[in-house]
Amino acid sequence: MTKLDPKIPKGQLDQKWTNYKAHQNLVNPSNKRRLDIIVVGTGLAGAAAAASFGELGFNVKVFGIHDSPRRAHSIAAQGGINAAKNYPNDGDSVFRLFYDTIKGGDYRAREANVFRLAEVSNSIIDQCVAQGVPFARDYGGLLDNRSFGGAQVSRTFYARGQTGQQLLLGAYSALSKEIGKKTVKMYTRRDLMDVVIVDGLARGIIVRNLITGEIERHSAHAVVLATGGYGNVFFLSTNAMSSNGSAIWKAYKKGAFFGNPCFTQIHPTCIPVHGEYQSKLTLMSESLRNDGRIWVPKKLEDAEKIRKGTLKAGNLKEEDRDYYLERRYPAFGNLVPRDVASRAAKERCDAGFGVGTTGLAVYLDFTDSIKRLGKNVIESRYGNLFQMYEKIVDENPYENPMMIYPAVHYTMGGIWVDYELQTTIPGLFAAGEANFSDHGANRLGASALMQGLSDGYFVLPYTIQNYLANQIQIPTIKTDLAEFVQAEKETKDLIQKLLTINGKNTVDSYHRKLGLIMWDNVGMGRNKEGLTKAIELIQELKIDFWKNVKVTGTNDQVNPELEKALRVADFIELGELMARDALSRQESCGGHFREEYQTPEGEALRDDKDFTFVSAWEYKGDNVEPEMHKEPLVFEFIEVKQRNYK
Amino acid sequence: MDLTLKIWRQASAKAKGHFVNYQVQNISAEASFLEMLDILNESLVAKGEEPVAFDHDCREGICGACSLYINGRPHGPDRGITTCQMHMRNFKHGETIIIEPWRAKPFPVIKDLMVDRSSFDEIIQAGGFVSVRTGGIPDANSIPIPRRNAELAMDAASCIGCGACVAACKNASAMLFVSAKVSQFALLPQGRIEAQERVQRMVAKMDELGFGNCTNTYACEAECPKEISASNIARMNREFLSAKLLAHKEF
Repeated sequence: MTKLDPKIPKGQLDQKWTNYKAHQNLVNPSNKRRLDIIVVGTGLAGAAAAASFGELGFNVKVFGIHDSPRRAHSIAAQGGINAAKNYPNDGDSVFRLFYDTIKGGDYRAREANVFRLAEVSNSIIDQCVAQGVPFARDYGGLLDNRSFGGAQVSRTFYARGQTGQQLLLGAYSALSKEIGKKTVKMYTRRDLMDVVIVDGLARGIIVRNLITGEIERHSAHAVVLATGGYGNVFFLSTNAMSSNGSAIWKAYKKGAFFGNPCFTQIHPTCIPVHGEYQSKLTLMSESLRNDGRIWVPKKLEDAEKIRKGTLKAGNLKEEDRDYYLERRYPAFGNLVPRDVASRAAKERCDAGFGVGTTGLAVYLDFTDSIKRLGKNVIESRYGNLFQMYEKIVDENPYENPMMIYPAVHYTMGGIWVDYELQTTIPGLFAAGEANFSDHGANRLGASALMQGLSDGYFVLPYTIQNYLANQIQIPTIKTDLAEFVQAEKETKDLIQKLLTINGKNTVDSYHRKLGLIMWDNVGMGRNKEGLTKAIELIQELKIDFWKNVKVTGTNDQVNPELEKALRVADFIELGELMARDALSRQESCGGHFREEYQTPEGEALRDDKDFTFVSAWEYKGDNVEPEMHKEPLVFEFIEVKQRNYK
Repeated sequence: MDLTLKIWRQASAKAKGHFVNYQVQNISAEASFLEMLDILNESLVAKGEEPVAFDHDCREGICGACSLYINGRPHGPDRGITTCQMHMRNFKHGETIIIEPWRAKPFPVIKDLMVDRSSFDEIIQAGGFVSVRTGGIPDANSIPIPRRNAELAMDAASCIGCGACVAACKNASAMLFVSAKVSQFALLPQGRIEAQERVQRMVAKMDELGFGNCTNTYACEAECPKEISASNIARMNREFLSAKLLAHKEF
C-alpha cells in the first residue's frame, strides 16, 4: 500500500528529526514570495503555523469561523502544557516525556512522531516566554511546574487555570504581527465548505462567508487544515458550540484517509449533566485531582439515600466511603490517566453507587487537603475553578464535595498524516487535534497544547517546504478552473437542498438524537451488539434528517440554523464511521474500551498481535462501506507492555 | 419560571432595528442565560420564524464571544462573569428582561444581537505583540521575572476581548482593553524593548477607529467579566506620557 507510507526518516530515534531537517528540500526567499499557503483554523496549530509561514515569507491566507482568531477553542484549555525541561530536577528527560506519551496512548501512536513532539517541547516554552506569555513563576522568578495525570514527574507549565488562553493569545499576537505586516491575510467568519483537488493535488478551498452567505473560492499551492476535533458528534461535550468536524470530513470525502476515528477521550472531571435543555458540558481542570480525592459510598443503601437527599455526603463515615481509584490503583491513585479514571467512575455508577440526583456523578472531595494545607492554599491553587463550579452548580465546594462525571473532551482520531503531517492528498496537511496525531488511543493531560504548538511552530514550517520546493514552477493557481467551479456548484446545491426540505424537526433535535446514540453505544463502554445497532440507528437518522429537517432563513445573510445544519449533516456521517472503526477494533486500548475484551479485574485488554496498527479509512462513496487500510505500528526503541498504574 | 423577553431585532447592519417581545415558559433556574435563548430559538424555528442571532461559542466564559447587554448592563446583573456563565437563578418568575447588543460606534451591529468587534483585532495588529520570530530563542529561564510582575502581567493578560468595557463606557472608550495589553507587555522584560513604540501605535489606532476618551468613571472595571483593574489605564497613561517625552520616534 504505497498510499500509506508514513515516511519515517531512517536512523536512531533521537536522530530522525535532525536527519530529516538536514536533508529536506528548502525554498529560497525569492521563491517563497511566489507561493501561496492556505491555513484553515486559528487555534494553537493554525495560528502558530500561519504566523511562522508569514515570517518565512510565504503568502498566507488564514480562515476562521469566529469574528476574531483569538476565539478559537484552544482558548478554553485550562491546566497546562508539558515540556521536558526538567527544571524541577525530578528525573524528567525528552525520552521520559516520549515514553510516558506512548505508554499513555496505550502503544497506538507512531514512535518517531511522538519522539519529535517530546524533542521540540522545550522550544515551545522558550518561544512562548519570548512572546510574553505570563507563565506561573516561583519567588526566585523562574518558571514553576505542576504535576498532571499519567506522569510521575512535574513537567507541566501553566498560567493559572487559563494556560490555553495565554498560549493562544501568544500565537494570536504573533499572527496579528504578521497580519499587520500584510504577509498574512485573515478571513474571519468563514466556514470551510470543500477542499478543491486539481490533478490529485490540494489546490484550494471553498468557503461560506457567514455574514453575507457568499460562497468564495480561494486557491493556494498547499492547504493546511487545523480545524480541531469532532467531539461535538456527541452533542454534549466540553467543546465549544461551533467546534465541528466538517473541514476534515470534506477532506475525507475528497480522498484523505481518516485515522483511528473511534479514539475519543472522555474526560473524568466534568460537571454532571443537569437537564435536557443543556447545551454543553463544563470541564473542571484535571489538576484538581492533585489535591481532591474521588469517592462514592461503599453501600448501595447509602448511595440511594444521598440521591434522594436524605443523607449528606459530609455525614457519611470514613469507613463507609469507597475511594475506588486509590483502592484499585495504589501507585497512581487519583492521578491515573484520564481513560482509566473515567471508566472507573462509570463502573461505580453503573453498579448503582453513583450520587447526585441522576446517580451519574461521583464525589471529588477536598476536605482532607483543606485540613492538611489550609483553605488558603487550596484557594490559591484552584480558586477560579471552585468559583466556576459554584456559579454553575450553586453549591460551595469548600463545604460540600464537588460532584463530577466524565464527558467527551477530545478526539485522538483525525485525518491520517505521515511524518510530515501530510495527508494522503499531496499538498493537504493536517495539524493539531484535526490530525490523528501523536496521542495514540488516549491523550495525557497538558499534551494537546504541546502538540498543537509543536505542529504549528516547529514541524509544519519545515515539512511544508519539502513539499513546496517542488511547486516553485507553478504560478498562482487560478480559481476559474473547472474543479473550483464544480466544487462551488456542489456547495450551493447542498445549501439549496437543506433550505428547501422544510420538514418539521429542528436541526438541534437531530444533533441531540445523534449524541444519545453515540454516548450510549460509542461512548465509554462499547460492544459488538451496541455498535452494530448504532450503525443502523445512525443510517436511519441520516435518512430522516434529509427528509424532515427544518432549516429556517435564507442563504444570503447570517443564518446560524444553516451553519448548524451543514455541520450536523457531517456529524451524522462521521458518527457512523466512528462506530464502524470501534466495531472493527476488537480489542480494548486507551479510550476505546470494548466490553468483550477486558482482564478479569476489568482493565482494558489489548491485542498487540492483531491490532498494533493505525486504522486509516478511505471514503468510497455515499452510502457505500468505506475501506479500512492499516498502517502497522513498529516499536523499535521501546518495549510494548501492559499499561500498569497499580 | 415564565419570563417576558424584550429583544432587539435588526435584520442587517443597514436595516432599522426595533424591540420585539417574546414569552418563554417553564425555564429552569439551573439553565444558563444562553440556554434560555436556545429554548426560545428552538421554539421560534419550530414555528417557522427566524431565531434571534447572537454571538457565543465556548459557553464557559473564556472565548469572549458572547456579548449581551442585559437590563442595561453588559453581561447582565452578576459580577465577574460573562453572559454565558450567568444562570437563570439570577432572575425572578414573571420578570421582563431587556436584551440588547453592545451599543458603541466602533462595534456596528451585524444582525440582531451580533456586533462587529474587528476593531479590537486592528488595535492588536498595530502593536499588541512582541516582535519575535519563531525559533532561535534563548532558554525560557534565562531571564528571571519577579513573581509580582508576572502575576500583574497575568492579571492584565486575562482580558478576553469581549468589549464589555467599551459597551459600559458612556464615551465608548477602549482604554481598559488597550491598557490591559500594554500593561501585560510593559511589565515583562520581553515586552519592555518595544514598550515605547507599542503604546504609541496602539493608542493612535484606538483613536483612529473612533473609540472615545477615558473620563475616569470606572464603569469598565465594574462591568469587566474578568475584573481587570482600571489601574492598568493609569499605567498606560504613564507609559504613553513617557514615550511621548522620551521616545526616539513618534507614531
